[in-house]
Amino acid sequence: MEVESMYREIILDHYRRPHNKGLREPFDAQVHHVNPLCGDEVTLRVALKDAGGEVAVADVSYDALGCSISQASASVMTEAVIGKTVREAMDISGAFLELMQSRGAAEPDEDLLGDAVAFEGVAKYPARIKCALLGWMAWKDATTQALDGSPTLRSSGEQT
Amino acid sequence: MTSSTTTRQAAAANGTARPFDVAGIRAHFPILGRTVRGGKPLVYLDSGATSHKPRQVLDAERDFYAVHNSAAHRGAHLLGEEATDAYEGARARVAAFIGADPGEIVFTKSATEALNLVAYAMSNAATAGPQAQRFRVGPGDEVLVTEMEHHANLVPWQQLCQRTGATLRWFGVTPEGRLDLSNAGDLVTDRTRLVAVTHQSNVTGTIPPVGEIAALAHARGALVVADGAQSVPHRPVDVTTLGADFLAFSAHKMLGPSGIGVLWGRRELLEAMPPFISGGSMIEVVRMEGSTFLPPPERFEAGVPPAAQAVGLAAACDYLDALGMENVAAHEEALTAHALGALGEIPGVRILGPLTTEDRGGAVSFTIDEVHPHDVGQVLDELGIAVRANHHCAWPLHRALGVQASTRATFYVYNTHDEVDALAEGVRQAQRFFS
Repeated sequence: MEVESMYREIILDHYRRPHNKGLREPFDAQVHHVNPLCGDEVTLRVALKDAGGEVAVADVSYDALGCSISQASASVMTEAVIGKTVREAMDISGAFLELMQSRGAAEPDEDLLGDAVAFEGVAKYPARIKCALLGWMAWKDATTQALDGSPTLRSSGEQT
Repeated sequence: MTSSTTTRQAAAANGTARPFDVAGIRAHFPILGRTVRGGKPLVYLDSGATSHKPRQVLDAERDFYAVHNSAAHRGAHLLGEEATDAYEGARARVAAFIGADPGEIVFTKSATEALNLVAYAMSNAATAGPQAQRFRVGPGDEVLVTEMEHHANLVPWQQLCQRTGATLRWFGVTPEGRLDLSNAGDLVTDRTRLVAVTHQSNVTGTIPPVGEIAALAHARGALVVADGAQSVPHRPVDVTTLGADFLAFSAHKMLGPSGIGVLWGRRELLEAMPPFISGGSMIEVVRMEGSTFLPPPERFEAGVPPAAQAVGLAAACDYLDALGMENVAAHEEALTAHALGALGEIPGVRILGPLTTEDRGGAVSFTIDEVHPHDVGQVLDELGIAVRANHHCAWPLHRALGVQASTRATFYVYNTHDEVDALAEGVRQAQRFFS
């Protein structure tokens, strides 16, 4: 089936065995995002840390309900951003957004995106792009909120 | 113009489509001839979202634009007269389709707008004259809905309560997907000002006892609004026996064009109701200090009327009446029974709502263990099978049934039993793919 170009084995693997699923402490910001079209939802936490003068992603954990694409994408996203500086992670997130908006015409940067390049086939199905972006947009929102200097982030920053 | 066009179309529908010659019916729908996803025939099981249009409807709309196009109720010229005749002829045709008087048919842009019209008329009643008294709601009053509603017959009432300080209450849903009327005595009281209920669920196909609910409501002096978006296209509906005071439905779900819907309301109620949308066409006298309004239905039809869409809807009524709404309902009942059986026997499939066709129309929603509806829909789409996969604008109903979303197949005049079999086989393929 042509649909296998979307459901690549790596996506189905992440769907069946998601990484970093389950909410964890500590965290600097938590968000809840919903896809109003289908009701898929994700609750996501981000913990940031200081890494030699740059802010880095210490941890991302989440709980989510949704289709294989949204679940696998959230799992892949956590693998892509944990341990990166926020600047690097935002670059990856931007590249993923660009890939999703390409209608399948982009040449994705595999070095930057890692497993996330597997979602290339999803970009050909406009109805599924929001599924693939749900976790990424939640991460971006949570990270922005954490960076905006919530009291928890400041205290967490002092500890690390 | 309308009568000659529509007679010709009715004859065409009669001549080529004997009651349930589905092949003959399918030949009238150009879109059913196309292929999808690599040359596969289209298996369209999403008519609950929007139906396809037969050539007779497309021709009627095109004919209006090609020959008579003008602004109805305005022009000082022949085309204006023809457009007005076409529009008013369509109103009479739609009225006949549901047993109503033409003066009780208000054209809106959709069923959603028709429901909003009543909701906004009720809050506008606060500042309208004494004749609008019976539409006023405020603190202490209650608006009663059901957990089964499409968002279009829920959110406008939530908003009405928010604007006026009235309280929203609702009938729950049983695990079988029926309306729970066990506490009707507590819910329908002297505080109840309006009851809004679906005439057929867009998710489970459940047909609630609207007449029974209306009798309870009327005994307490409450108004009753029925959402007919999923009933009027699929079975005979007669407003003289319906029980409700208002009925909303959409053309595009009943073989007609998009962009036009209908509000039927009892004449004495429409006469007392203040307008919702105001502007040209609905006024009697306009002065800088203020304006007076026309009687219904014009009072509720501000702006240049959607004449071409009305003509298309009238042609759809002709088409359906030529088939016979009893026959349409029987055809869909057979398809629904087939689908309930074919899907119900698949291990891991859970059908939402009633498992028989008793008081149940042709919307079959289901979940599959371990496979999300979006993924089911994707595999089906790959096979050329068009279904809907989400909460179908009925989020609270899904919550009440304990599911996040579902896959929905809906049937109409052009669907076949082979298509039901294709759906069941597609569901098995989705299970294999994601196992």
